[in-house]
Amino acid sequence: MGDQALPTMDTPHKQAQDECVIRLDGVHKYYHLGDFQVHALRGITLEVCAGEFVAVMGASGSGKSTLMNIIGCLDKPSRGSYFLDGVDVSQMEKTELARLRNRKLGFVFQQFNLLSRTSALENVELPTIYAGITPQERESRAKAALERVGLAQRAHHYPSQLSGGQQQRVAIARALVNRPAILLADEPTGNLDSRTSVEIMDIFQQLNTEEGLTVVIVTHEHDIAQYAKRALEFRDGKLRRDTVIKDRLFACDVLPTLPTLEDEDADDEMTAPPPEAD
Amino acid sequence: MDFWNTLRLALRALARNKLRSSLTMLGIIIGVGAVIAVVSIGQGANELIQEGIQNMGTNVVYIAAGSRRPGGLHMGYGAVKTLTMDDLRAITREVPMIKEAAPGVTSRAQVVYQNQNWNTQVFGTTANYFPIRKWVVMAGTVFSDEEVEAAANVCVIGTTVSRYLFGEEDPIGKQIRIRNLPFRVIGLLESKGQSVMGTDQDDQIIAPYTTVQRKLAGVTWLQMILASAVSPDASIAAMQPITALLRERHRIRQGDEDDFFVRTQSEMADMAAQTQLVMTILLVSVASVSLLVGGIGIMNIMLVSVTERTREIGVRMAVGATETDVQLQFLVEAVTLSMMGGLVGIVVGIGLSFLISNLLTWPTVLSTQAIVLAAFFSVGVGVFFGFYPARKAAQLDPIEALRYE
Ligand SMILES: Nc1ncnc2c1ncn2[C@@H]1O[C@H](COP(=O)(O)OP(=O)(O)OP(=O)(O)O)[C@@H](O)[C@H]1O
Ligand SMILES: [Mg+2]
Repeated sequence: MGDQALPTMDTPHKQAQDECVIRLDGVHKYYHLGDFQVHALRGITLEVCAGEFVAVMGASGSGKSTLMNIIGCLDKPSRGSYFLDGVDVSQMEKTELARLRNRKLGFVFQQFNLLSRTSALENVELPTIYAGITPQERESRAKAALERVGLAQRAHHYPSQLSGGQQQRVAIARALVNRPAILLADEPTGNLDSRTSVEIMDIFQQLNTEEGLTVVIVTHEHDIAQYAKRALEFRDGKLRRDTVIKDRLFACDVLPTLPTLEDEDADDEMTAPPPEAD
Repeated sequence: MDFWNTLRLALRALARNKLRSSLTMLGIIIGVGAVIAVVSIGQGANELIQEGIQNMGTNVVYIAAGSRRPGGLHMGYGAVKTLTMDDLRAITREVPMIKEAAPGVTSRAQVVYQNQNWNTQVFGTTANYFPIRKWVVMAGTVFSDEEVEAAANVCVIGTTVSRYLFGEEDPIGKQIRIRNLPFRVIGLLESKGQSVMGTDQDDQIIAPYTTVQRKLAGVTWLQMILASAVSPDASIAAMQPITALLRERHRIRQGDEDDFFVRTQSEMADMAAQTQLVMTILLVSVASVSLLVGGIGIMNIMLVSVTERTREIGVRMAVGATETDVQLQFLVEAVTLSMMGGLVGIVVGIGLSFLISNLLTWPTVLSTQAIVLAAFFSVGVGVFFGFYPARKAAQLDPIEALRYE
């Protein structure tokens, strides 16, 4: 994998070799369905360094989500090992994995997965209550995270009162609140229109460049992958291509060129889907 | 996750489905309420009976002619003629636990005052009978030893007799006729009400035993001896020597049945308490069934709740909730449900017991023990029946839970 030189491109303060936050070594994953078995991952060897922005691409069923679940410590490899921050987590206990998910990893899902009868602020606070932080600290962290995604004034709104893009931003704030090392997003823009998708990518890019957060996203759309720094292509459970993104897009440049059908000043109601932006 | 957060979370989850939560609690409410009410009725009845037994006298040892038969009936009341004043003297003399003793001989008789007519029991005894049985004379006096000696026609009457013969009139000093013999009323007893057996203790006339023996019953023996021991323990301890003494005096051979029987007040109190306890345990067990049913209701609702909130559980696990966190969350929810049911049940139970004592005029005594026990039990029910659903939630696979529709 020719990725050693990559992180230095945009994050000059990171030196690659020692800062490898994700390392997969011959990872396999099998699912057993009755007597027949699905081989979802077939020997993945991969390194992701601190400060990288990786887009995982591939056809449906190629194993992207399976990979993300393993990286996210929600699942364990059937074979092979996975080092998170240099520690082999492939054989860890469930409780230890929960702790890792809480402290080191932030998740963003396609379906947002916010708790519906809980305000935005409390949704963001959720990971902190499992982190043993004082209530005051919890609230200030949650507020800061909401502010970071530009939703400070929506703190007391419920998910049903927020647009899809806003809900996803709350979910991002939730993923950030425990200051993780890695942000994982499985098709974060899958349920969003193009403009909102770019807005979400803008947040990811900011977090990546300004805070050096390692970001790994799964996406089907090539133009979304263009906002990352590195693309991984999966096919049939194997990593087929590992490339540096050329002509990388920057959301902050793209956004002004997109038509704004609504006033996106964040206090508008549910955004109606705008026509395709391109 | 800390405890307060868990509790807050549980309260919120329960508040979200108020109707469902209250219906689920109902089983526990009824169970706990019923247990408390039933125990309070049992305790009330017990206290009433114990009070009645206390009222019978001070450390009374009751010796009756006849034999104890199965079912507690004694045969030959009157037919057995062996119990005498000499036995009584021998007992007071030779059994050290016995302080004093009074004889007892009864006869039913028609009593007449002017045109009033009443059929009642005439009890013949000596003056020390009154303190032994804790009878208090409300007006007038009791008869003296001389009057007993002389078989005088004097009597002390109960309030029921007084009411039927004299109405509002003062009975003291009045002449009445008992089986056509003239008697002077010298005392009026304070009312004792019903006995433990349910008979009216105020419906009797007490006269010197000599008078009753010779002039009314026409006998020379006694039907009973009421002895008073120095202490409750002594009364039990006295039973054996009294039995031995009387068997010897009545020349009863080894292996033959006694022609008398001895019973003590403390023994009766114990027996009554036993019976009451058995009754209470029985009723409490029946009431507990409701608690069990309530527990099953909680389990049922918790299982539904776990299924409904599968996705929430997945999210919580994804952001770092451990199995223990999830388990605790649902367990606390179940316990909160059952505990709230328990608390409401306690209030309902107390209210019910007040209602019973006020509307039905049954005596009830609230038992702190029962209340504390019910509270603990309801928590126990929550833990027991909440455990399985909570375990189920904790063992969900986060990936599948997140995918759950
Ligand atoms: N829990 C499971 N049990 C059985 N098979 C599974 C399970 N999860 C995934 N698979 C199988 O593993 C393979 C990879 O699935 P995965 O979800 O990783 O694909 P994907 O690349 O994320 O697809 P998509 O783009 O549609 O989300 C598929 O063939 C899928 O059917
Ligand atoms: Mg997928």
